[in-house]
This record gives sequence, structure tokens and C-alpha cells, in this order.
Amino acid sequence: MNGPELLEEHVGKLVTSAGAFFPGERAVFRGHDLHASLKDMEWLELYLFGITGRRFTPQQIRVVQVLWCFTSYPDARIWNNRVAALAGTARSTGALGIAAAVAVSEAAIYGGIIEQRACEFLIRAKRLVDAGEELNELVRVELKQRRVIGGYGRPIVSADERIAPVLALVREQGLEGGAYLKLAFEVEKILLAGRWRMRMNYVGLSAALCADMGMSPREYYFASMMAFLAGMPPCYLDAVEKPEGVLFPLPCRIMQYEGVARRSWREGNKSKTQDSGQ
Amino acid sequence: MSTESIRTRIWQEEAEPDNAFAAASCHCHGYDVYGELMIRASWIEYLFLLFRGEAPTAQQARLLEGLAIALANPGPRDAAVHAAMCGGVGGSTSASCLMAALAVGAGASGGAREVFNAMGDWQTRGTDLGLWQTGLSMKPVEDPSDVWPAAGHPPGFDPYGVRCTTPVMQTLTYLSSLGCGQSLAWLQANRLSLESAAGLPLSMTGVVAAALSDLGYTPPQGEMLYLLLRLPGAAVHALEQRDGGYKNFPFFQIELENDPGPARGVSDRVEAGS
Repeated sequence: MNGPELLEEHVGKLVTSAGAFFPGERAVFRGHDLHASLKDMEWLELYLFGITGRRFTPQQIRVVQVLWCFTSYPDARIWNNRVAALAGTARSTGALGIAAAVAVSEAAIYGGIIEQRACEFLIRAKRLVDAGEELNELVRVELKQRRVIGGYGRPIVSADERIAPVLALVREQGLEGGAYLKLAFEVEKILLAGRWRMRMNYVGLSAALCADMGMSPREYYFASMMAFLAGMPPCYLDAVEKPEGVLFPLPCRIMQYEGVARRSWREGNKSKTQDSGQ
Repeated sequence: MSTESIRTRIWQEEAEPDNAFAAASCHCHGYDVYGELMIRASWIEYLFLLFRGEAPTAQQARLLEGLAIALANPGPRDAAVHAAMCGGVGGSTSASCLMAALAVGAGASGGAREVFNAMGDWQTRGTDLGLWQTGLSMKPVEDPSDVWPAAGHPPGFDPYGVRCTTPVMQTLTYLSSLGCGQSLAWLQANRLSLESAAGLPLSMTGVVAAALSDLGYTPPQGEMLYLLLRLPGAAVHALEQRDGGYKNFPFFQIELENDPGPARGVSDRVEAGS
């Protein structure tokens, strides 16, 4: 069945195993009663269960939680946080500011896009290395094709202050022996020895740790989606508590114009002249 | 004093003499916005100028205007408009309704990403029927490293269509008659061959991708413009549902495949506490 017949099959109802709520009665979350069999889950456990359908150990949950905490920087200069703060200074609502800031976090040089790529690369690289391929060559080809490897190098600065405290926590939880973590460090060794001089960053580390927990690239993408969240409300609130419009006000002189010289519309515009018979 | 700057080829301002934070004049790609454009240009011409940096020709302005009308309201059945109505019916903020429309209307199935992908096809295949036929015969492949889930159909074609719909045909016929660029006319002439290669009828995103290519837009510009041009319909339908109320808006049925049934302990507690 395809075409409109397939659509017709789905009109008016959803067949799903994701869940549902029964008004006034109960709610089902991935096949479990949310208020009964899942009642003891912490929020992060539930969030990861919702993404993967799997349960994680307390040690794994602790590591994911720390991954989120250690990259929640309430610094309104950072681009995604700045969106939340600008919403505050412009007196928009908190939900609009935070939702937009989370959406903006799906970026190509940091955040969502690079996170998924980093996880996918590690999983693919391990599969190929296990099949006998050379990691050196995989790194070289990846760099040639994409110019960067997700999880290595960093905009603005090269050092990553999050690595050491995350690793300390990982050791504390006994999760330092994963195959993807080992591979991630081997990739870093190759990148440091070559002309690229790139260090592993927080994304590389967290992607490896989550891959070691059995997450696929898409699962990791969702697992890390809120990693910056805790830093955003302080940026909004700080801005909304100050006089309106004082967050990073931009004077006219800040614009460095590099475009064409001034000109007259009448000279350049053919369409309006013809249309109006002028 | 900060020495940081914003570099722009689009916008130039001069400050009012007594206020560095208020512009006395604004020039867009060299044109005086409040002194001349507002008086002499149409909105659609200004829109073209903003993206392309040059004033449109008469044909280009008519093509963009036709496109804007074709896209302004996809109607309540469209997923992006449906999303906006979900915001409206619950009394959500206006911005959230439009954000919902943008998020859903961004997708690779019927949304701006589909236009982006179709415009990429125009860049690589041009008007070479052989290249199109080869490309369309290949199934889209999911890239696990990409945040965009792959659509299950070639961009620019209707995954559930039976034949090219009347509005798509009307739009293609009108826009290609404006004689602006090669893509639309070629699409009009070769539609049946392309549909045969795709195994699917041409969709509105396919016509839009050709039109935007003829207007000289890049795929990222086309993606942005498609998002923008579809917002009016999302806005008015969200407002309409806000006024109509949730009781007049579909809630639909759900069928759980893995319903554990009522939890005994919880039911007992409810009964005991009620």
C-alpha cells in the first residue's frame, strides 16, 4: 500500500508504542505506567529511557549528568546563551528565549551537528578498525573529506577545561575502560602527532563515553540536546533584571560596511519603472 | 571603548548626531531605505534586493511575487501550519506559533530542507535530463552523521501523489511563462520524463526549487526564503484556531501497541484517596 491509500490508513488515529495519557486515569511511557512502574526514575533516567528504551546504570546516569553540568556556562557572550539573554533584554518570554537558544545550539562548529558527527565517526571508525583497517588512514581520509573531525579542535581556544574534571568523574564511576574512549584518545594521539595539532574537546569525550554506554549517533544527539540548558536561564534572568536593552547594545559605528557605494533606486530598478510606466 | 565590529555588505547606517544608538539613515546594498526605497520600491523588490544585493528585473520581480503568493498559505493540512495551529489553539504566544511552523516547515519532507536539497540537485544536474534520470533512480540514503533525517523520496516530488496536482501545474505554468531563467521552462518541458524517473509526481517544492534557481538564489538563500514566505498562512491559521478554541480542533485517537493497562496499586491509591 502506498500513495493516498497509505495516508488514508492513518487518518484520525496514531498507532504507537511511544506512550499516551488517559485523562483522569493514567499515563503510559514507552509501555510502562509512568506513575507506577517508572515512579522511582529520576528525570534524567526517564529522559534517556525515553530516547533509547533502555535503562542505564546509576554510574552512567551520573556521568551523563556531569557531562551536562560541566558544559552549562552562564556566559551570555556564547552565541546560544546570547540568544536567551537577548530575549531577556528585549523583554521576550523565558520560554521563547530558551527554546530559541536550544534550537541555536544545533550548530555546525559546536553543539548538536558536531555532536552527532563525532559520535558517528567514532562508531564507524571502531567498526572499521575492528575489521582490520588502519586508524591513521581513517583519520586522514575523514579530514580530507570533511576538513574537521567532530570532537577535535575548538573554536576560539584549543584547550578544553572540561576534559580533566569529566575524566576524574568517569574514573570515580569506574567507566574509564570503554572501547570508544580508548579509540577517542588514539585519534587524539594521531591528530597531535600530525600537522593538524588538534586536541580532543568535550564533544569528542562525551560522544565516546555515550557510545560506550551503547548510544547510537541519534540517541547521543538527543541525550546531549539539553547539555547547555542550565546555563541559559541565568543569562535570560540577568538580562531581564537589568534595564531593557542594555545587553550588548550596538552603536551604529559597530557596523563596518563593505558593500557597494550609495546609488539611486531609479537608476538600478528596472521592474518598477516598467511596471508603472514611469 | 570596544573596538569590535560587525562586518556587513548589506547594511550601512549613519547615526543621529546626538545618539550613537539611533540611525539617521539606513542604506541597503547602497539604496536609501527610508529616503527612497520605501517610496519607489515594492515590498517584493526590496525582498529580492535584500537577498541578491541587486534590484530585480521586471521578470524577476514578477516571478518572486508569484512564488510568494503560491507559498503564502499552504493551508491547514500542511504540517507546518498544523504545528502553528497547535500553538494557537492552546493560547500559546504568537512567536511560539511561528517558531512551531518554522521548526516543522524546515524539514526534508515538504519543508525548507527539501527545497535546499532540490536546489542542490539543480546546481549539479542543471538541464541535463540524463543526470536527472540517473539521480532520481537512486534511493535517498540516510546519513547517520547528519542531524537531518533523510526523506523517503527524491526532493521536489510528492511522496504520496498520484499525479501532479492542479495547483502545482498552475504554479509551474504561470511561473515558467514569465521567461526568467532556464530551469522552470525546462521543468515544464521535461516534467513527465522526470516524474517517470522518480516514480512520483512533481511537488510544489520542486517548482519552488526551480524558480529560486532561476532567481539566482543559492540553496541556503532558497531555504531561508521558503521558510519566510510560508509564515503568513501559519500566522493566520494559528490566530483563527486561537479564537475557535480547543473543543473545535481535532485531538485524534491513539492506539497503544504496548499498553500495560491500569496499574493496580495506583488505582487502589486513587480509590482510597478519592
